[in-house]
Amino acid sequence: MGIIEIRDLSLTLNGVQILKNVSLDIWDGHIHALVGTNGAGKSTLASTIMGLEGYREVTGDILFRGENINTLSIDERARKGITFGWQEPARFEGVSIFDFVSAGISSGKQDDKETITKDALIQLGLQPEEYLYRSVDQTLSGGERKKIELASIIAMDPPFIMLDEPDSGIDVGTLEKMNEVIKKLKRNGTTILLITHSLAVLRQADHAFLMCDGQIIEKAAASKIIPYFEKNCIPCSHKNMPNKVGAL
Amino acid sequence: MNSDESIKKSLSRASGITQDIFANKDVAHLFIHHDKVVSLQGVPGLIIEPREIPDGIDLQIRLKKNTVVANPVHMCFGLMHKEGIQRINMDITIEDRSSIQVLAHCTFPIAEKIQHLMNATINIGKHASYSYIERHIHGESGGITVVPKATIHLQDHARYKTDFELLKGRVGRIDIDYETFCGPYSVLEMNAKVNATHTDIVHIKEKGHLNGEHAHGVLLSRVAVRDDATAEVYSELTASAAYARGHVDCKEIVQDNGVVSAVPIVKVNHPKAHITHEASLGSVDSKQLQTLMARGLDEEKATDLIIQGLLR
Ligand SMILES: Nc1ncnc2c1ncn2[C@@H]1O[C@H](COP(=O)(O)OP(=O)(O)O)[C@@H](O)[C@H]1O
Ligand SMILES: [Mg+2]
Repeated sequence: MGIIEIRDLSLTLNGVQILKNVSLDIWDGHIHALVGTNGAGKSTLASTIMGLEGYREVTGDILFRGENINTLSIDERARKGITFGWQEPARFEGVSIFDFVSAGISSGKQDDKETITKDALIQLGLQPEEYLYRSVDQTLSGGERKKIELASIIAMDPPFIMLDEPDSGIDVGTLEKMNEVIKKLKRNGTTILLITHSLAVLRQADHAFLMCDGQIIEKAAASKIIPYFEKNCIPCSHKNMPNKVGAL
Repeated sequence: MNSDESIKKSLSRASGITQDIFANKDVAHLFIHHDKVVSLQGVPGLIIEPREIPDGIDLQIRLKKNTVVANPVHMCFGLMHKEGIQRINMDITIEDRSSIQVLAHCTFPIAEKIQHLMNATINIGKHASYSYIERHIHGESGGITVVPKATIHLQDHARYKTDFELLKGRVGRIDIDYETFCGPYSVLEMNAKVNATHTDIVHIKEKGHLNGEHAHGVLLSRVAVRDDATAEVYSELTASAAYARGHVDCKEIVQDNGVVSAVPIVKVNHPKAHITHEASLGSVDSKQLQTLMARGLDEEKATDLIIQGLLR
């Protein structure tokens, strides 16, 4: 069953239609990739699912476990079990990594807050004694900040996670750690949507949606999308849009 | 227990100072209640001379040449009454190559109608370093007026860092006026953090003159206003010598009916000097807010966490 079902979703921003009748199902417990070149509309689609500011005036339906969530606020969606990891996460002056990472831990698990927070950092190779009381500010490198973003998501432990360009700004070693973390999340039953234009990330997915010019042009096993994407989208072989949908 | 002892106890408790500093001969302290010195302990090289005046204290502080005071000095200026005036006039000299850190607690936990007026002249000698952290603890009535004024001179290679924090209790009315003159290779850092609520009124005026070559200066303010509070932040930084470098950074958060104005003035009078400034006023950053909301925090909790961070 689809944990997320998108039906006929369209979004117009500043007079330009960015999402064009997108429909897709994200299956419970699987790793999905939303793949496409820059500007395809991937981040926009994820933003509408999270309900971010400026991305709420959609037509069509966003269903979470069968329930329409179009009108829910960001935090209501999050409390249902959806979260989003930004491509370039925000910096927080003066907010400790401990407070940031533990912010999303559910009220029922407050007693284990410290253990959960430390464990999340350790999973990403960050030593708690070194990081817990630093601030989530400019003194962190881009890679460290990305890891802390993921740590905060692990600590929150929601059933559905979207990660926007998880490999951007991180080194190879960190990418391996992230891949391990993603595999572990899957083993625990978490559903993941990886938003990417990179083959390295696409290879982590079971299923993939190929997006181009605001449309989903193909849905298939990732192993089938990979060769197509590699051949036709790197570099992009057409100006805007293939002539026909169903390119595979 | 005599009354000075009991006032010292209650002042330190209200200020969050642990009692063990009093037993430690290596930790200097000065406790002033209204216009009386209730406790004073020096350390070698540090000369503290208080003189009682009507409604206050004249204070001469001198740190002798080449003296490094290892432990922070605790100072407490307070009034455990509901009403009154406290004037503190400080004349501070930090002589060449000496270094000291002062933690000042300004404690007025039950203030209903109190004025705390502080006037300081501070001279920091060559290669000397002075760090002054001023933490205010006010009551919840808002009936307090705090007026700290300071003129600071930094000789060459001197360092001065000040952190002003008014985060606990109502601000009431505060009117800060600091002006610093910076010699060659000196370093100035002035930080002010204020959390204003209800009908609090905040005025912050900070001026830095980077007059010497290679002088560096940063003026930073973080003010959060809520309810019907208002704040005016005036930060002026002037660079008038080669390689003088400065930065003005104002981040003021407004909620409810709060009003903030920030006036950063940066002036450069030398082609080899450089100053930058950044200011952001208004609601909390929307990406920060949405990040926390995407972890399930409601808007209010997310906003609180962001503001707490800025004011930390
Ligand atoms: N607020 C906006 N107003 C107008 N166009 C936008 C806005 N946000 C994004 N776009 C456009 O939507 C398209 C898709 O952007 P995005 O979703 O960020 O792509 P991707 O994540 O696939 O690289 C781009 O052409 C982008 O310029
Ligand atoms: Mg994107």
